[in-house]
Amino acid sequence: MRLAIVHVVVLLVLILIGVGGAGAAEPDPARRAELVTMVRQDCGSCHGLTLRGGLGPALLPEALAAKPMDSLIAVVLSGRPGTAMPGWSRFVSEAEAAWIVDALRRGFPPLSEGGRP
Amino acid sequence: MNCRQAISWLLAGLAAVAVAGCAGRAVTDLRGTGDLGIVIERASGSVQIVDHSHRRSLGRIEGLGDLSHAHATFSRDGRYAYVFGRDGGLTKIDLLARRVDRRIVQAGNSIGGSISQDGRLVVAQNYQPGGIKAFDADTLAPVAEVPAEYAPGKFSKVVGLADVPGQGFVYALFDAGEVWVTDFTEPTAPRTRRFAAGKQPYDGLATPGGRYFMAGLFGEDGVALLDLWQPEQGVRRILDGYGRGEEKLPVYKMPHLRGWAVADGKAYLPAVGRHEVLVVDLTDWREVGRIPVAGQPVFVMARPDGRQVWVNFAFPDNALVQVIDTLEGAVIDTLSPGRAVLHMEFTPRGESVWVSSRDDDRVTVFDTASRQTQAVLPARAPSGIFFTARAARIGF
Repeated sequence: MRLAIVHVVVLLVLILIGVGGAGAAEPDPARRAELVTMVRQDCGSCHGLTLRGGLGPALLPEALAAKPMDSLIAVVLSGRPGTAMPGWSRFVSEAEAAWIVDALRRGFPPLSEGGRP
Repeated sequence: MNCRQAISWLLAGLAAVAVAGCAGRAVTDLRGTGDLGIVIERASGSVQIVDHSHRRSLGRIEGLGDLSHAHATFSRDGRYAYVFGRDGGLTKIDLLARRVDRRIVQAGNSIGGSISQDGRLVVAQNYQPGGIKAFDADTLAPVAEVPAEYAPGKFSKVVGLADVPGQGFVYALFDAGEVWVTDFTEPTAPRTRRFAAGKQPYDGLATPGGRYFMAGLFGEDGVALLDLWQPEQGVRRILDGYGRGEEKLPVYKMPHLRGWAVADGKAYLPAVGRHEVLVVDLTDWREVGRIPVAGQPVFVMARPDGRQVWVNFAFPDNALVQVIDTLEGAVIDTLSPGRAVLHMEFTPRGESVWVSSRDDDRVTVFDTASRQTQAVLPARAPSGIFFTARAARIGF
């Protein structure tokens, strides 16, 4: 019986990690490819294709680690007043912004050969 | 004929053939560089060497590092291209031998550079460490450095670097809101003068000839103007309040300024946060018009004769290019050369323009008079296009 409770707890934890890590509405592969291109190429025009920073700050995992997820998602969607960072809510949904931030924090996927995802 | 004679004749014949072969090769290889250029392939760290007389690629050179936001300047003989990569790489390419002549990594994060009036110094502008660095144009050996330390321990990103007469380089400090003028007359002991400019200068340009330097401001509506013939007068503000207090539209990519925005006595400048090109009279610096366009302008480039101005746009309108007739002061044509148009370069006399489309992996060459396509060249995620005609102009 004790063992069964442990199993249930472990299962619940795994489910929670799964939901929290992947996001409730993970974009489909085609959309993910578009988002990778957008982040690397268009966000990259200020943050660098390698995301090591340019006119805008670096977006590498170590640069974002200490920042809360929610505020990073808010910056993607609404921008940062007084800086050159615009809001991107016209082009990405909240779920997509969450996927982008999560991917950035884990190390963003590369563009494939020739610059295409 | 004995055997020995036969052998010597045979050897002589072989030698003659060999010499003829070499001479023939040398003759075919002899050419000028006035119609050459490079196309940056930003995502693959490569460049193509192109020939704009025959609208063809002559080959590809790889291994140049991170070329997002790459820029190039040319030696005054037009033989070498200096390519500045985002990752601080500075690569000297031999356009004739089609190979890398030299390469150094000079900074952590760089966005461009320029060559001195006398052609001896190549100067890079850097974000990290913020400042400019001068190198010997032949050897790329370091010569001098001017850190953009605008307050104790505070360094600014440098933008808008332009070479000007008197071995001068003018540039703007994004974080400091200043314009600096550095004189490299004594290459190892440069002298710098500082001028307050305004909030967040994002790029700059020197007018043809190099008398005036203009810095576009992101943090306020206006353009900072410095007369380099009379720098003691300081920076004055032009186009002040061009946004009329209206809410700015979002800017998804910073506009660029370069010296070819000047046409027929007027400067054509991208508005920031407005879908307009601003027109300024160069005699009194007053706004004389504004031209509605399809999006946030990025490059506003005059055809060399000044009759047309071509404009490309920031995301999400970056699949378009618009053509302004400067006599009419209006857009006369809208083109769709492919997705994500990043740059345009006119041939030196302006009959053609080369346009890069990053997301369709091609460069399209247009006849500027008819706007008909003259050629399409495949390229991997192409961005900047730079022709050697820049070698002979100051301010690039």
